[in-house]
Amino acid sequence: MLNPNLKLNTKIFNIDVEKKSERDGFGDGLVLVGSKNENVIALTADLKDSVKMSEFANRFPERFFDVGIAEQNLVSIASGMTAEGKIPFIASYSIFCPGRSWEQIRTNICYNNRPVKIIGSHAGISTGPDGGSHQSLEDIALTRILPNMTVIVPCDAIETKKATIACTKIETPTYIRISRNETPKITTEETPFEIGKAQIVYAPEQGIAQVGIIASGPILYRALLTVKELEKNGIKVKIMNLSTIKPLDEKAIIDLAKETKRIVTCEDHQINGGVGSSVSECLSKNYPTIIEMIGIEDKFGQTGTPEELEKYYKIDKESIIEKVEKILRK
Amino acid sequence: MDKLSLKEIKELEEKAKNIRKSILIALCNAGSGHTGGSLGMTDIFTYLFFKGLKNDPQNPKWEERDRLVLSNGHICPVYYATLGERGYFSKENFENNLRKFNSPFQGHPHRKFLDILETSSGPLGEGLSQAVGIALALKIDKNNYNKKVYCLVGDGELDEGQNWEALMTANKYKLDNLIIIVDRNKVQLSGKTEEIMPLDSLYFKLESFNLNVINIDGHNFEQIHNAIEEAKNIEGKASVIIAHTIIAKGVKEWEGDYHWHGKAPNKDELELALKEI
Repeated sequence: MLNPNLKLNTKIFNIDVEKKSERDGFGDGLVLVGSKNENVIALTADLKDSVKMSEFANRFPERFFDVGIAEQNLVSIASGMTAEGKIPFIASYSIFCPGRSWEQIRTNICYNNRPVKIIGSHAGISTGPDGGSHQSLEDIALTRILPNMTVIVPCDAIETKKATIACTKIETPTYIRISRNETPKITTEETPFEIGKAQIVYAPEQGIAQVGIIASGPILYRALLTVKELEKNGIKVKIMNLSTIKPLDEKAIIDLAKETKRIVTCEDHQINGGVGSSVSECLSKNYPTIIEMIGIEDKFGQTGTPEELEKYYKIDKESIIEKVEKILRK
Repeated sequence: MDKLSLKEIKELEEKAKNIRKSILIALCNAGSGHTGGSLGMTDIFTYLFFKGLKNDPQNPKWEERDRLVLSNGHICPVYYATLGERGYFSKENFENNLRKFNSPFQGHPHRKFLDILETSSGPLGEGLSQAVGIALALKIDKNNYNKKVYCLVGDGELDEGQNWEALMTANKYKLDNLIIIVDRNKVQLSGKTEEIMPLDSLYFKLESFNLNVINIDGHNFEQIHNAIEEAKNIEGKASVIIAHTIIAKGVKEWEGDYHWHGKAPNKDELELALKEI
């Protein structure tokens, strides 16, 4: 059953579940923080509409900057602004920021420990028809290895809005990874959110779960969709929303592993260096546990609908079910 | 425009001598570091901290100060030595601790260890964008309008494309509070700039970006002063001062030799250099 304490969307299992894009959630959050804090600045690299900065730009034109198609410049300018007490949000496609501008992020933002908020949109294979060149599958790895950086992968639009608001209050660099398409609303306005806190969103009504599923990002929805079939087959699972990758909620992960003894991680990102790696680093140090990983297995993407790609690259619902069944045979 | 008096020029020349000596002593003690560019930019740094730049060593974070971004962080010995000469910290501290473990005087400037710096720098081609960010941020707040942002860049690092992204941004937002000084010594790490990646005509390249461009002899205090005064008063445009300098200026035997880009003097070389200066 859904964790009642989290006040999640009770219609999540309905076929007509309400959807909204994470980028729209970011746009909403940005306007909110911008109206409350005059130090909030928004910058983009020719992607104002695409990364949903238009409303902010309309309301606060003196605090909006478009630096052209120049992501390295984007990062360093934002770093400079923090020297004068500003809180810049920079948004681009995650393949270009952090992808194109990684060393500037490392040196100008993280080495300087400046509170720049980086929004990487169009992350993951679910970006779809744009093709492999535009599907960022490496950005979690690129950002989580940077000292001082906080890394957040929200599961839906509402959580993205909350992450946008929450990161304004921390004085360190932040990366928020968001996706392009409309995805189901898993959480509600009432769902609590705290940077660095993982949440158990689903648990068996009775008895102990045999497998712990840890998901980051909108793939959490597909993880939730597995329970119907799994429970029909007598398999009990607990599902965690791991929305902060760094700092990692080690206690919550270890507690889950202690209870279930088996963990399946889910992400729309390379398994190497991503969520699966983060979880296994934590568990192998603290509580060695059998792990299976859902994610992209050292490949680049290609053109297709999100559904076609998720199936082909084995990050769809059926693949999660297979991994859960597989880990139970171990 | 006020002219520099002869007395002021004399005083600046004296300061520059002290700073060059301090740079050389520190580099010799460190056993590694960038001598050439540091000596080449000494006159510009001297002018800035003793005349051109609003700054207060008693109150390093004075809100009214002008901002300075050193993009080519490897010439930080001249930055540290000038701050030492100006009284921000003791010169001896710098001379004994450059490039030493846990020192404020890191091999490339790092704010974490020396928090009076506006930014950390080292990897080339990134300072100008940061200076643009500072200048933009100051422009948002009307009461910051009079503060200037100085950005020092090496000529070699102009190979990095990001500089030109930053210059386009400076033009777009008419950043007349930004004064860029290019150390045009025509050498970079492994040879002459015009052989590794030709930059000329640098003047016309910059002018075509709609910037206010001024050519000067970077060792002539009068010309430095006049250019900075012009740049301070220009409206609607960022300024770029192309300071023609000589790498390793001050030690005749080394002047113009790119081998001094990235090496420190040994004891004998130090002795020779100190005598000359």
